[in-house]
Amino acid sequence: MSQELLATITEVLSEDFGVPEDDISPDATFEGLGLDSLDVVELTLVLEEKTGVKLEDEELEDIRTLQQAVDKIAEKQG
Amino acid sequence: MTRVALVTGGSGGIGAATCRALASDGFHVLVGYGGSAGKADEVASGCDGAAEPVQVDVTDEDSVAAAVGHATEAGTLAVVVNNAGVADDDLLIRLDPERFDRTVQVNLRGAYLVSRAAVRPMLRARHGRIISVASVVALRGNVGQTAYAASKAGLIGFTKSLAREVARKGITANVVAPGFVATAMTDQLPDAARESLIDLAPTGRPVEADEVAAAIRYLASDAAGSVTGSVLPVDGGAGI
Repeated sequence: MSQELLATITEVLSEDFGVPEDDISPDATFEGLGLDSLDVVELTLVLEEKTGVKLEDEELEDIRTLQQAVDKIAEKQG
Repeated sequence: MTRVALVTGGSGGIGAATCRALASDGFHVLVGYGGSAGKADEVASGCDGAAEPVQVDVTDEDSVAAAVGHATEAGTLAVVVNNAGVADDDLLIRLDPERFDRTVQVNLRGAYLVSRAAVRPMLRARHGRIISVASVVALRGNVGQTAYAASKAGLIGFTKSLAREVARKGITANVVAPGFVATAMTDQLPDAARESLIDLAPTGRPVEADEVAAAIRYLASDAAGSVTGSVLPVDGGAGI
């Protein structure tokens, strides 16, 4: 499950946000990948479409890395 | 993909003219109305193009969310025109706090709620036009209009800040600042306030609602992609 989610996020980051795939790893931070807070909101909207999981703004505040995002989505998917 | 425009206060003078203008540009227009559906129905059927009335109380977060939800079901929400407004005019000494708060709730907080709800789908589409209707009074002030002027001036600071936040995402935010537009709303102004507004305009005449709609139409267009954080007066020179 998590591998699948990580692959989805990687695909979105590289296709929609132009992040080089080599830079993307589970412990990479959004900030480190050049995403600002608005980019992260937009990313969550894309992920919401792809996974059906809505991440609330408050939840975003504790998510810094890709792995944290994957874990939160997997947790909410149940 | 259908491009949707949500116009709050869509059944008023400026609102109706804006709905007609945007519909003829091919937008699917949601004629936002707070009170009576009748007038909004009339405006919608008078549009040359796709238009439908949608109830939206801009002071109510759930009502705003429902209207934006309706817009995103109808297509891609491309344009929001924050036009809903009230003018409860009186000299400051006689202006009770509730009347001041109500004016700010509708005119400023309403635009905040609608814009906040609209930014999400616009972010996703990486395109959007958020146009707020202020007034020349926001820049010049006017006797009996402390609440109205304050609420409309607030739209300017709000819009300039929003413009900075979302510019990189293909979303623009602008203000149109009409002068005295002869509409049902301005007919309720005290004579003194109305005359003083007309006298301010070097053109010596009221502004036409269609003239304001033409400015909104431009700001809503793809051609205005580099116009953001601006205040476009349509006031016959009253703001010079």
